[in-house]
Amino acid sequence: MSALREDFKEILRLVRPNTRVLDVGCGEGDLLDLLTREKGVDGQGLEISPSGVAACLAKGIAAVQGDGDRDLDHFPTQAFDYAILSKTLQQMREPRHVLIELMRIADRALVSVPNFGHWRMRWALLTQGRMPETKALPDPWWSTPNIHFCTLRDFTTLCAELGLRIEACAAVSPDQPARSIDPARPIENWRAETALFLLTRERPRPPAPERAATGDLFS
Amino acid sequence: MSQTVIASPAIETNGGTLRLPADALLRLDSGAVLAPLEIAYKTYGRLNAERSNAVLVCHALTGDQHAASIHPITGKPGWWSRVIGPGLPLDPDRYFIICTNVVGGCMGSTGPSSLDPATGKPYGLTFPVITIADMVRAQAMLLDALEIETLFAVVGVSMGGMQVLQWATDYPHRLRSVVCIAAAARHSAQNIAFHEVGRQAIMADPDWRGGAYEAHGVRPEKGLAVARMAAHITYLSEAALQRKFGRELQRDGLSWGFDAPDFQVESYLRYQGASFVDRFDANSYLYITRALDYFDLAASHGGVLANAFRRARDVRFCVLSFSSDWLYSTGESRDIVRALNAAGCRASFVEIETDKGHDAIFLDEPVLHSALRGFFESQASRGGLA
Repeated sequence: MSALREDFKEILRLVRPNTRVLDVGCGEGDLLDLLTREKGVDGQGLEISPSGVAACLAKGIAAVQGDGDRDLDHFPTQAFDYAILSKTLQQMREPRHVLIELMRIADRALVSVPNFGHWRMRWALLTQGRMPETKALPDPWWSTPNIHFCTLRDFTTLCAELGLRIEACAAVSPDQPARSIDPARPIENWRAETALFLLTRERPRPPAPERAATGDLFS
Repeated sequence: MSQTVIASPAIETNGGTLRLPADALLRLDSGAVLAPLEIAYKTYGRLNAERSNAVLVCHALTGDQHAASIHPITGKPGWWSRVIGPGLPLDPDRYFIICTNVVGGCMGSTGPSSLDPATGKPYGLTFPVITIADMVRAQAMLLDALEIETLFAVVGVSMGGMQVLQWATDYPHRLRSVVCIAAAARHSAQNIAFHEVGRQAIMADPDWRGGAYEAHGVRPEKGLAVARMAAHITYLSEAALQRKFGRELQRDGLSWGFDAPDFQVESYLRYQGASFVDRFDANSYLYITRALDYFDLAASHGGVLANAFRRARDVRFCVLSFSSDWLYSTGESRDIVRALNAAGCRASFVEIETDKGHDAIFLDEPVLHSALRGFFESQASRGGLA
């Protein structure tokens, strides 16, 4: 692999060596391959396309052909140290359920979501009044696989609702170095194109203090 | 079990028949015991010094131990010559590949056509009913005799796939990896129904003689051929049959009768039936289909398939199905994979896109071969196999 994707670099940085990793929507297994080689992880992929799974097997990556919406239910509780869901959450029929399942199956989840609150989205919507098409999300509304868009703030709200702790967050893009961010800062909801979250389950309920800045500029 | 007449596998043996001593009993699920026991097998490649490169290959209902060498009766290449061989996913230069004829079979292992030591005559229907687990138990006895404690892989197709699941259940400590191709964890009502058609065809043949046909010097060839014809339809997809034969006729015009086949598909099935009886025994067909019908891995584990695999968490699994296989459909394989996941086992699974039906197991399927190659490669590097 010549040019390593920047989001992969960040995931590589966050995953501890010799851990058990489930990659949901693993594609052709490039990330798992990288994690196996660099971090000695014990990897397992879940991928919906048969050609993707076949490519994984040919690389020696363990992968199951299946659907993240349906098949996570069959994995046992805490079977993995990390569950990775890279830019796939917005394609799920039940993102909330998937998130709950990820945190049941694994101790930690690495979830990246494209931020629909990014300024380009807002600008396109504001000026053109049409669903934005960007480099990161190039499909027109009628053919996009992304059926559940959210903003950074939507996502952190859901995490709080589900009792998930954000251990780390970085703004990532394929070609720029990852930038560690505080997802609660309103400005990040404008400028992070995609955010990568490291999530854990909230420890036995310390009364969650209201975050200082949860508002957006318009709220 | 060391007093056997086989040569050490470290020498260039390529199989033979293991004759177990009379006191080595095969205890059957039915409660009966089978002895003396003979197990016919073939091997390819050489066992390495660490005895860590053995691969057991399990055949389908009408398969046998001749997986990759010329079949002694048909003269055709072995049933898995596309997978086992130099440069192929199971390369004898690297692995010691063993394929046994199942107990109950008719290619040298003890079966209903073997002589019953009590009477000196063929067992016929006095042969005890056997199960998939019994077949596996016999294979384990062969491995004991070959002094192979751990298998690098156990690989099975169709009925062989059921055997490998049974291996994972009964002997997980003797396995590093399992490959289950086009199989199911239990026989469905439809599977049983087709087998019953086959069995009834055999038993309706006047030459079957209550199973004692050999004593009468006859064979129920017509019944066995019909059984094969019915079964053969289940091995092909509708699309494959249509593509191959359509409504093509054997000759110009219809015959307006029943003597000769009108359609090419009829002729093809008749040929499949007629050539099958040359190499297969009717009673073996009854017994092995029975074993398949009785197979239900979850039933013996509280009705929960995952429980069957709980001791196999250190074993790596690869499950493969074919999209147009309606005998053991992708849904059946998916059930296996979900149970493996639920049991905490590491599994790979892919449904291979093909219109060739169940028969794709034996055909030129590049994705099947690349998936097998990738899986074996990764297991070899995990296990430190050169």
